[in-house]
Amino acid sequence: MSIAELQAYGYVGAMVVLVFISYGYAYHLYTKKKDASGKDYEEYSNMALRDDITDTPVSARSEHKKK
Amino acid sequence: MENRPLEYDYTVTKMFMFMTIVLGIVGMLIGVILAFQLAYPGVNTILGEGLAEYTNFSRLRPLHTDSVAFGFTLSGIFAAWFYIGQRVLKVSMAESKFLMFIGKLMFWLYAVGVVAIVVSLFMGITTSKEYAEFEWPIDIAIVIIWVLFGISIFGLIGIRREKSLYISVWYFIAGFLGVAMLYLFNNMEVPTYFASGGVGSIMHSVSMYSGTNDALVQWWYGHNAVAFVFTVPIVAMIYYFLPKESGQAIYSYKLSLLSFWGLMFVYLWAGGHHLIYSTVPDWVQTMGSIFSVILILPSWGSAINMLLTMKGEWQQVASSPLIKFMVLGSTFYMFSTLEGPIQAIKSVNAIAHFTDWIVGHVHDGTLGWVGFMIMAALYHMAPRVFKRELYSKSLMATQFWIQTLGVVLYFTSMWIAGITQGMMWRAHDEFGNLAYSFIDTVTVLHPYYTIRAVGGLLYLVGFIMFAYNIYKTMSARPVEEYELQNASPMGA
Repeated sequence: MSIAELQAYGYVGAMVVLVFISYGYAYHLYTKKKDASGKDYEEYSNMALRDDITDTPVSARSEHKKK
Repeated sequence: MENRPLEYDYTVTKMFMFMTIVLGIVGMLIGVILAFQLAYPGVNTILGEGLAEYTNFSRLRPLHTDSVAFGFTLSGIFAAWFYIGQRVLKVSMAESKFLMFIGKLMFWLYAVGVVAIVVSLFMGITTSKEYAEFEWPIDIAIVIIWVLFGISIFGLIGIRREKSLYISVWYFIAGFLGVAMLYLFNNMEVPTYFASGGVGSIMHSVSMYSGTNDALVQWWYGHNAVAFVFTVPIVAMIYYFLPKESGQAIYSYKLSLLSFWGLMFVYLWAGGHHLIYSTVPDWVQTMGSIFSVILILPSWGSAINMLLTMKGEWQQVASSPLIKFMVLGSTFYMFSTLEGPIQAIKSVNAIAHFTDWIVGHVHDGTLGWVGFMIMAALYHMAPRVFKRELYSKSLMATQFWIQTLGVVLYFTSMWIAGITQGMMWRAHDEFGNLAYSFIDTVTVLHPYYTIRAVGGLLYLVGFIMFAYNIYKTMSARPVEEYELQNASPMGA
């Protein structure tokens, strides 16, 4: 097998692996819906909408530290 | 001492907003001059034969590209970072004297860098590498400025109140890291004065790579400069400004995460499409082509996510010129990220490469997407940093339509010019003799070059209207905090 063929097979193999990783991540996001801290991913949109300095953080760092 | 409530501090944001406008006018003005030079060569010597060295196309061209990319765009990105960064991390620059000092230092060093770049490029001091023309002393200064930018990003993240990083922050971080890596590797150069023991100019350097390797690194850099300057930080901006201005949550935050990682992985491999049918290995060319096509997915993921954010609220597009800029910006992003992969397909590239179609592609991305988005960002930030309503809604709407017409004239003329050019270069008779000489193509293309110049001029006129609108905003009606929640307050 020539180096060019090896490159070609390696390339196709890498593509397949990456497609699995990418679809796996999509599957994970849409089935779990929540991150490790139990918060729905969609709630994070509020970080832009409620961004005054007096607004309550979506997930405050200080609360996290207390845990 | 008076105990004042904590507020966001927009001092550095304002400085970079000012720089964005100044460099936007300079860069776009030079662009318009260049466009007229291509249509009417006499413009090359507009200030007389004696000054032709400074006014000819080749001397001005890097000044145009560098001032719009690394001047106008980067300043806009910096302004947006110092605004968005504080707000989504819920921390004020006023809380850290150190970060405030770093921000201001970054601005003034950047201003000095701009002067050094303008002077050196006008003098013809250049490495001759596209988008990496700066000679080695300026490269070192740029690295220092970039490190300060990094300290600003990670410093603000370090003192944040919000634990999670909003999607825009991820994009800003990626932009910072991407440019840092690309810039360092592509600008590895040897100052010849020192290497030769004192021969020649102290400013001169040669690349550490040679031949095909140099081309490969250059286009890995060149294309990813598009990725990490024209795309990633601009996506960061739309993910904040569109939801905020419209008051709508992002259609799908999960899709934003998925698109982010997709874009991060795919973009870095697409640069090879600049070298199709060149001396680089065939598999690199194929890889560049394929990754360019795959790039449609994460790009459209973000763009569709933004358009769907307006779901049920499309009346805002009709009523707000600011939303119009962002929605059309997102649409141009989709358009440009479909056009690019089409050009990267080998058989299409055989016609498109080296033609004006490529120039058209770059400009529907930069004028329609980057320019619109940066102007929208400044329009959104201005009432909040000046605590005043935007001076004129009708002026903004007029500007929008003038510039949209300008972009459309630009890219349609370049489509026709580019494809005509590509077909004429390839045409041959039954014996294989070329059917046309170069000057035949020039004659045919002349009307399209004129249309392009007019399109560019319209965009510049719109930009000056934008600058005037922002300038007048600084003395417009003062507004209360509650008016600034979502839709920006605008005067008639």
